[in-house]
Amino acid sequence: MFEIDWGHAGPTILAAFLASMVEFVEALTVVLAVGATRGWKGALGGAGLALLILLLLVAVLGPVLTTIPLATIQLGVGTLLLMFGMRWLRKAILRAAGIIPLHDEEALFAKEVATLSRFARVTQGWDKVAVMTSFKITMVEGIEVVFIVIAMGAAGGGLLLPASLGALAALVVVVGLGVALAKPVSTIPENTLKFTVGVLLSAFGTFWIGEGAGLDWPGEDWSLLLLFAGFLASAFGAVSLCKPKTVGRAA
Amino acid sequence: MGWLKAIGAELLGLFVDDVGFAVSILVWVAVCAVILPLLGLPGAAPALVLFLGLLGILVESAVRRARKG
Repeated sequence: MFEIDWGHAGPTILAAFLASMVEFVEALTVVLAVGATRGWKGALGGAGLALLILLLLVAVLGPVLTTIPLATIQLGVGTLLLMFGMRWLRKAILRAAGIIPLHDEEALFAKEVATLSRFARVTQGWDKVAVMTSFKITMVEGIEVVFIVIAMGAAGGGLLLPASLGALAALVVVVGLGVALAKPVSTIPENTLKFTVGVLLSAFGTFWIGEGAGLDWPGEDWSLLLLFAGFLASAFGAVSLCKPKTVGRAA
Repeated sequence: MGWLKAIGAELLGLFVDDVGFAVSILVWVAVCAVILPLLGLPGAAPALVLFLGLLGILVESAVRRARKG
C-alpha cells in the first residue's frame, strides 16, 4: 500500500475536482431535463445505475494499474492525460477567442426537453426512455471522470483515493446545486474551468511523461509550477493570436 | 446498443478532437521519450525540449484552427 502524502495530493484533488465538475454539470443538465419531462424515478434510476457502474470501474481498474511499474504507468497514462488535457486546453482557447461557440447549458436543457417530450409518457413501471437517456449521459460524461481519477491516481503513485475524493466532492457540489436550483447550472463559468483544468492536466501529463522517460526536471516536483505557468502563458498568448482581427475603418 | 456505441465514440473523443493535433503530440512524446535520452543532452535540457515542443504544438494548432474560421 502507498502512504498518502496529503500535502502532495492537493493538486491531484483540485484537478480531479475541477475536471469532474465540468463533466457532472453537463450530465446534470440532461438528467434534470429527463426528470422534468419524464419523471424523477427513471431519471434518478438511470443516473444511479450508471454511477454504480462507474464506481465499480474505478474500484477495479484503479488498483490493477498500481500493479504495473510506476515508470510505465507514468509514460502511458501521462501521454493519455496530456492528450486529454491539451485537447481541452485547445478547445478552451478557441472558445475564449470566439472561434467556436461557448457551451450553453440552458440551450442544451431546452433541446433535451423538446426531444424527450415527443415520446409518450409512461404511467406505470419504469420509463425506458427516461432510464436510458439518463443512464447514457451519466455514463458518457462519467467515463471522462473515471479516466481522470484513474490517470491522476495511478500516475501520481498511489493517489487514487485523493483523486476519487476530488471527483466525489464535485459530484456532491453539482448535485447540491442541481437540487437547490432545480434548473441547469449555467452560472458556472464552464470555459474558465475547462481552461484551468486543461492547464493542470497538460502540466501533470508532461511532468509524468518526463518522469516515465527518465528525463530530469529542474527542481523535481517544483517544476510542475513552471509547467503550469508555461501552459497558462502559452494559452493566453494563443487566445490573443486566435482572436479575429477587426480592421478599423474611418466612417 | 446505441449507448455502447456512444460510449466508444466518447472514449476515442477523450483524446482525439483534431487528428493532426493528436498525432503531433504522440510523435513529439515518442521522439522525446526514445531519441532525446540517446543524445546525451545535459541535465534538464531534454525535459525542457519536451515541454517547449508541446507548447509549440498547442499554439500552432490553435492558431491554424482559428485561421480556418
